[in-house]
Amino acid sequence: MGGFDFIEMKIPAKAEYVGVVRLTLSGIAGRMGFSYEDIEDLKIAVSEAITNSVTHAYEGPGKGEITIGFGVYESRLEVMVADRGESFNLNEIRDDIGPFNNTESVEDLREGGFGLFLINTLMDKVQINNKYGVIVLMTKYLDETEVDFNDNQVSGR
Amino acid sequence: MNLTVNVEQNKARAFVKLTGEIDVYTAPNLKEKLLPLTKIQNQVIEVDFSGVSYMDSTGLGVFVSALKSTKENSSSMRLVHLDERIYRVFRITGLIEIMDVHRAIKGGEE
Repeated sequence: MGGFDFIEMKIPAKAEYVGVVRLTLSGIAGRMGFSYEDIEDLKIAVSEAITNSVTHAYEGPGKGEITIGFGVYESRLEVMVADRGESFNLNEIRDDIGPFNNTESVEDLREGGFGLFLINTLMDKVQINNKYGVIVLMTKYLDETEVDFNDNQVSGR
Repeated sequence: MNLTVNVEQNKARAFVKLTGEIDVYTAPNLKEKLLPLTKIQNQVIEVDFSGVSYMDSTGLGVFVSALKSTKENSSSMRLVHLDERIYRVFRITGLIEIMDVHRAIKGGEE
């Protein structure tokens, strides 16, 4: 218990590779047993984080690398998107990350700040660290209601 | 992971049929084809989403720009046959309040 599998991908910071990460993410989330709806949510949230890195991280698109880490736990998936293109240690980074504060105004949101809004809405937990580049850590839990508790469970019929 | 944008135009109407995924890679092409249509006075634009399998905020950005342009040019835009998941993205961002968006209904037209 408490262990997890870790999968890491590194992509050039280019728009055409965002879809490639979505395919990998679908595979991992599907393997874990996430519902179709949850997988769609994950695809959008993770794409938003990568899109943000592609468009802002390296002063214009096409420069540098983006590292994506998938932490596969028994009851949750953690996805990390880092735009420094360096490998990272999951536990180390987690200790170094603060809660996400949405300080954006409504006007900014309307003008295209939907990305962070969607990440925050579609994931269960979001943390952002921008000390060195930007690292977004997003968590989605497997639906608790699908877990079959065989004790003390009141049957519906 | 690509997007096909097929435009058919007659005098007052334009039909835009989208097939594929709308993301940071494909959104620029969509914008390039959609925006000029919104600049035609009194043009009525219908965007068919029945072939769209994925859309994120980059797509929302394109449709927000297009909406603004329709207001400036007295044209109009209607988004139809949205998959439930894609409709949801418009709903949670509040855009269904300001846009003419119609989801696909199982077994027929909306």
